[in-house]
Amino acid sequence: MNDQLKHLSDRVTKGLMTRREFVGRAAALGVTAAVANSMLSSAAKAAGPVKGGMLKIGSSGGESTNTQDPALAASEVPVTTLRMWGEPLVNTAPDGSLDFRAAESVEASADAKTWTFKIRQGVEFNNGKTLTAEDVMATMQRHTNEDSQSGALGIVQGISNMKTDGDNFIVELETGNADLPYLMSDYHLMIQPGGGVDDPTAAIGTGAYILEVDEPGIRHGFKRNPNYWDAANTGHADEVEVLVLNDSTARTAALQSGQVHLINRIDPKVAGLLDRAPNLGVKSVSGRGHYVFIMHVDTAPFDNNELRLALKYAINRQEMVDKILRGYGSIGNDMPINKAYPLFDDTIEQREHDLAKAAEHYKKSGHDGSPIILRTADGAFPGAVDAAALFQQSAQAAGIPLEIKREPNDGYWSEVWNVQPFCASYWGGRPVQDQMYSTAYLSTADWNDTRWKRDDFDAKLLAARAELDEAKRKAIYSEMGVSLRDNGGLILPMFNDFVDGVANNVGGWIEDPNDQMMNNLASIKCWVNA
Amino acid sequence: MHPILILVAQRLALGFLLLLAASILIFAGTSILPGDVAQQILGQSATPEALENLRRELGLNEPAVSRYFSWLGGILQGDLGTALTNGRDIAESLGSRLANTLFLAFWAAVIAVPLAIFLGLLAVRYKDRWPDKLISGVTLTTISIPEFMIGYILIYWVSIKWGMFSSVAIINDSMSLGQKLNAIAIPVMVLTLVVLAHMMRMTRAAILNVMQSAYIETAELKGLGMLKIIRKHAFPNAIAPIVNVVMINLAYLVVGVVVVEVVFAYPGMGQYLVDHVAKRDVPVVQACGLIFAAVYIGLNLIADIVSILANPRLRHPK
Repeated sequence: MNDQLKHLSDRVTKGLMTRREFVGRAAALGVTAAVANSMLSSAAKAAGPVKGGMLKIGSSGGESTNTQDPALAASEVPVTTLRMWGEPLVNTAPDGSLDFRAAESVEASADAKTWTFKIRQGVEFNNGKTLTAEDVMATMQRHTNEDSQSGALGIVQGISNMKTDGDNFIVELETGNADLPYLMSDYHLMIQPGGGVDDPTAAIGTGAYILEVDEPGIRHGFKRNPNYWDAANTGHADEVEVLVLNDSTARTAALQSGQVHLINRIDPKVAGLLDRAPNLGVKSVSGRGHYVFIMHVDTAPFDNNELRLALKYAINRQEMVDKILRGYGSIGNDMPINKAYPLFDDTIEQREHDLAKAAEHYKKSGHDGSPIILRTADGAFPGAVDAAALFQQSAQAAGIPLEIKREPNDGYWSEVWNVQPFCASYWGGRPVQDQMYSTAYLSTADWNDTRWKRDDFDAKLLAARAELDEAKRKAIYSEMGVSLRDNGGLILPMFNDFVDGVANNVGGWIEDPNDQMMNNLASIKCWVNA
Repeated sequence: MHPILILVAQRLALGFLLLLAASILIFAGTSILPGDVAQQILGQSATPEALENLRRELGLNEPAVSRYFSWLGGILQGDLGTALTNGRDIAESLGSRLANTLFLAFWAAVIAVPLAIFLGLLAVRYKDRWPDKLISGVTLTTISIPEFMIGYILIYWVSIKWGMFSSVAIINDSMSLGQKLNAIAIPVMVLTLVVLAHMMRMTRAAILNVMQSAYIETAELKGLGMLKIIRKHAFPNAIAPIVNVVMINLAYLVVGVVVVEVVFAYPGMGQYLVDHVAKRDVPVVQACGLIFAAVYIGLNLIADIVSILANPRLRHPK
C-alpha cells in the first residue's frame, strides 16, 4: 500500500472521508475497488473493534420449527443463535488450536484417559447465576443420559465417568482419546445452569448476548450481555439481529441493498457476480465439508472393490469443482480428510480422472452390465443433481452403465441416505480426524453410511486416539486415509468452501475453516463501522 | 322459510362438512409422507437411540386414528395444541402469522380489486381500441411471468438499483404502520400484478356479455352514453361473476402466497405451514390446513351469497 492510499484509508477510519470517496480516489490511483475495499478492512482492523451499533445478519437454515434447546440444534440459524447466548467448554480456534471458553485450561493423564477441565472463575450466566463445575457436569449429563435426544449423543458415548472436584470438571474415558477437548467444542454442548434440565429452551448461558426476540423462522434479536467475561474481545455491537432469509436471492438482495451486514451460503453461481458490487465482499473459506457419493461396501454390486475403483477413476473431480462449485472448493481424494485438518499427510497421492483405468477396473469387476443406480436429490447438497449428471456422463465414457434416480428432497435423509446402497450426500467435517473417522468409519459408528467395517481400521483408529506422539499419530492417520481411499465405499470428488458475504462497513472478519460465518461466531466477533 | 335463508343455511352446512373432510384429507396426506417428525427434527445426525427417545416423548407410537381424534377434540374446545417440533403454543404462533398474512392480503386487495375493476371497465369502454389492448397486454404479461420472477425483478430495480423500498419484508409489532407499509410495498406490488389480469379479464368479459343483451341495445337506442350504460345497466348485472373471481383471488392472496413469502422472507402462514410439513409436525399442518380451508370455503360462501342476493328471481320469489 503506498503512502498516499494509507493516508487516505486512515482518514476513512477516522471518519474524515467516506468510503465511496476513498474507492473513487483509489481508482484514480489505479487500484481496483476490491483491493481498495480490502485496504479499508485492514485499516479498520488496525484501528480496533468499534463498540456499539446494530449488526444485522441474514442467514439461511432457519425454520419456524426451531427451538433454543442446544441439544436439538441442527441448522445454521439455531447454531448461530445459541453461540450468541451460550458457550461450550472450549471452541476450536481458526488455526485448529483450542480457544478456552467456560474452561480455563485442560490437563490430560499420560494415557489420555482422564481429562481435567479447570472451570473459569467469576463467569456469570446471563441470568446472574455464577458458573460452577456442577453446571458443566449437569450439562454433560443431560447430553449423555439414555433419554437424551441430543445431537451430541454419539460424540460423548465413550465417557465412562464424570465428576467434579472444586473448580475442576473431570472426564474419565473407556479408552484414551488425545482429542477429547475437541469433542467438547461441539456446539450442542453449551453450558447451561443446572445443565438446562428444567428449561432447556430458556437461552440462559455464559455468552456475549442475551436473547430478546425469539421468533423462529423469522428473526432473533439480541442485546449485549453487560456481565460478559470476555467483553474486550467479543460482543462488539450493542444489538444483533439475525434475520432468517432461506431464499438465496432474498439473502443476496438484502446484502446488496444494505439491509443486512453479513450473509451466509452464497450460491457459487452468483458469487463471482456479487463480488463485483462496490459495497460488499464475498469471502470464500476452505473448510472440511465435503460433497460425496456413498456406496455400501456390503451390498451388491458395490461389495466388489474393482467396481468401486472403476467408479472412483471415472469421476472427473476438477470438472465437479469447476462446474458445481464454480471454483469455490477443492478436489477430494476419496478420503474425508484434507489439508484443513491437523496431522493431514499431504504426500498421499491424488487420484486423477482416468477413463482407461476406470474401464480396466470395470472389466475386472465382472459386472454384468446392468444399470448401476445412483440416487440423488437437490437436498443432498447444492447442485447434487447436476453433479450426478456429470458423473453419469464421464462414467458412460468409460463404459460404465451409471443410471440416475432423482429422489424428492422431502424425506431424503430418512428414506435414501444411509438406506439405499448408492446415493449423493454431504458431510460437514469435524474438527479432528479422530472425530471424523469415529463418526462415520468406525465399525460401530451410528452414521457408518458406507458400511465400512474393518477390524484393522478400528484398531488403528483406537491406537491413534490414545497416541500422544504427534508424528506417530500422523503416520497412523495416513495409513487409514490410504486404506479408505483404495478400498472404501466413499467417492469424494470435492471439498466445498464456505462462501459468505460481508458488507464493507463490517470489521473483524477473519477466515475460520471450522464452519461457515467464522464458525458461526461472526455475530459476536464482527462489528459495524459507523 | 325464505328460499334465500334455506340456500344460505345449506351452503353453511356444506361448508362445515367440507372443513371436516379437509382435515381428514390433510391428516391422511401427512401420514403417508415418508419419514416422521422425530426423523425430520434430528435430520442426518439422528442416532437410533435419540430417535426412539424423541418418538416416545412425542407420542408418535400411538395409532394415527387416536392421535387424530384427540387433536380434533382439542380443536372443538378451542385448543390447537403445541407444536411437536419446538413445543410452542400453536394458537399463539399461528395468530401472529395469520395476522401478517391478512395484513399483506388486505393491502394487496385494497389496491388490486378496485384497480382491476376500473381497468376492466376502461377496457370495455375502449373495446378493441388501443387502451383495451394495452391493458390486456400488460396484465396478461405480468400474470404469465412466475411470481418469484416478478419479485426478483422488482427487488433488483426498486430496492437495489433505486434504493426505494426494503427487499426484506420482515415485519413485527414494534414497527409503525408506515414502516410496515414500506416493508411490504414490493410484495404488494407483486401480488397486485399477479392477480390483476384474472379479475380484470373477468370484469371485462362479464360486462361485455351483459352488453350483448337486448335491454342494453334498448338503452343504446334511447341515446344513453356508453359510460352511463356500463355504470347503470351493465355493471350491476355483471356483479355476480365479478364477485366470484374477486373472492377466488382474495382466497389466493391468503392461502397461495408461499412463493412471495419465501422471496421476501415475509412471516406469513405459508412459510409456517411449509416448515412444519417438512418436519411432519401434524398438529400445526392440520391447524394451518383448517384455516386455509376455512378461508377458501368462507370466501366462496360470501361469493355465493352475494350472487344469490344479486339475483332478482331469488330476491322476489313468486
